[in-house]
Amino acid sequence: MTARPLYEVAHSRAGDKGNSLNLSLIPFDEELYDALVEQVTAERVRLHFSGIVEGEVKRYCLPNVSALNFVLERSLAGGITRSLALDRHGKTLSYHLLSMLVRLPDRKR
Amino acid sequence: MVLHRYAAGWIGKGFALGASTRHTSPKLKNILRIGAGAGYSGDRVDPAVELAEKAELDYLVFECLAERTIALAQLRKLRDPEAGFDPLLEERMRAVLPITVHNGTCIVTNMGQANPLSAAQRTAQVAQELGLGGVRVVALIGDDVLEVVPKSSNTVLETDEPLKTYENTMISANAYLGAEQILRALKHDPDVVITGRVADPSLFLAPMIYEFGWPLKDYAQIGQGTVVGHLLECAGQLTGGYFADPVAKPVSGMANLGFPYAVVKPSGEATVTKLSEAGGAITLDTCKEQLLYEVGDPARYLTPDVAANFTSVKLERAGKDAVLVSGGSGSSRPDTLKVSVGFRDGFLGEGQISYAGPNASERAHLAAEVVIERLLSIHRLEPMEIRADYLGENAAFRGATKPSYPPAEVRLRLAAKTRTKEEAQLVGREVQALYTNGPAGGGGARSHVEEIIGVDSTLVDRSDICARTEVFESKGACRP
Repeated sequence: MTARPLYEVAHSRAGDKGNSLNLSLIPFDEELYDALVEQVTAERVRLHFSGIVEGEVKRYCLPNVSALNFVLERSLAGGITRSLALDRHGKTLSYHLLSMLVRLPDRKR
Repeated sequence: MVLHRYAAGWIGKGFALGASTRHTSPKLKNILRIGAGAGYSGDRVDPAVELAEKAELDYLVFECLAERTIALAQLRKLRDPEAGFDPLLEERMRAVLPITVHNGTCIVTNMGQANPLSAAQRTAQVAQELGLGGVRVVALIGDDVLEVVPKSSNTVLETDEPLKTYENTMISANAYLGAEQILRALKHDPDVVITGRVADPSLFLAPMIYEFGWPLKDYAQIGQGTVVGHLLECAGQLTGGYFADPVAKPVSGMANLGFPYAVVKPSGEATVTKLSEAGGAITLDTCKEQLLYEVGDPARYLTPDVAANFTSVKLERAGKDAVLVSGGSGSSRPDTLKVSVGFRDGFLGEGQISYAGPNASERAHLAAEVVIERLLSIHRLEPMEIRADYLGENAAFRGATKPSYPPAEVRLRLAAKTRTKEEAQLVGREVQALYTNGPAGGGGARSHVEEIIGVDSTLVDRSDICARTEVFESKGACRP
């Protein structure tokens, strides 16, 4: 087991709906799906996004496509049309998720 | 060609019915080829032309209407009643109409924005200017509920405030229409369908329902069709464009990125793919990223047509740049329709300036302090909100990560939300004034002011919507 940033083993895209941000998390190797389910919990994501997320973090599992979907409620500083933030949509934030460290079995991608 | 197929007998001014032979056929298709011509209002035009030329499409769909776009279009329409449709409508139509009309490809698009009628009329004119006679353009209207919504007792979903709070600032209210309403336009056997606000996947779903004869209440079927539409609706986001990362996820041919199309079977099972000569890639990974794009609960992706279920979707590799999509399902559609409400929400004033080299960060922070103090104390500005971002330190992540010091350069961005345009202009002026008043070494100052149009949502009953179509046709009988 080695601690590695998520970007080495997975990819993500951010989307916005009102004031909520959604982040997919997709392992390059489908066999890592279970490990991500275990490691990347809604609570860990909430902590990782502290200062950004003001509401609940919900996690949805999609074993059919070996992917996770996180919904970060109240995370866009009022929503894309109201926010003064530089990245109103939160589109860059997928790469913040990917900087999270996870402990995964040693296996090359 | 029979006259009674026309709604309300509206034929655009200066246009007459052509005695053309239509490409209509009542028999159901056994395969449908649907392409994505745009993923947003300002999208590239050449990939759509390439698809129209080479993909043997039955339908080419241009999705051009983000949440806020229609409110901005409404502002343009207030200034000019003939305006308020997509600024690239004419350019796109000139580029693709000669091809799509020749190939019998039907265009479906929400480029009508706040004014589908003018957009349809303009499209018929463009066809005529191109020497294309008998081109039938159908406008779908009825999404505009600005008359209905302020009187509604419903609340705003985001704030839970009553709608009447927005009474004086509301500039637009558009309900998301669905495939059911687009079907009415398709029944006119059009060359082009132009809508205002409709749900994005519905633009793709409606042709499937129409051509395959799916019952609107077969929610499993409608759900699968919605999955296919959702995959296609952002165009280049499916073909590896927004997916690409040169280190982790390299994609070749990005400057020549192709847009996707789907080959759909009557069962709804579809292969999403791209032209082999176009750049980009379609893989399981590009499809998964797009499948979850802007999704909340994947078991209930709500559209006007269905609560689609993505948790049963199956994606399988079906060759190079081809993925087979099946298994999507769904349950009953929502009783109500979502409405996007646009309202005036003050002004954004912004100024930016760069600092580089030793002490770049410290000088940028001092600059922000100076500007903010001057705005608040000397100009007595009372902004609704004010913020400083330090680009190069942690602006995009809004401070969630620790900046790595010392940054080689920092760009200060000061932004304030104000009640008037004049107040907003002060922000940029004060940032520009740092040139002579310091701190040292500030360069590349830019300023910007814009009106803020907020968008919130509410719900309306389906019975509050009165969707209808109007038909325009370019003069002349000659179809190529």
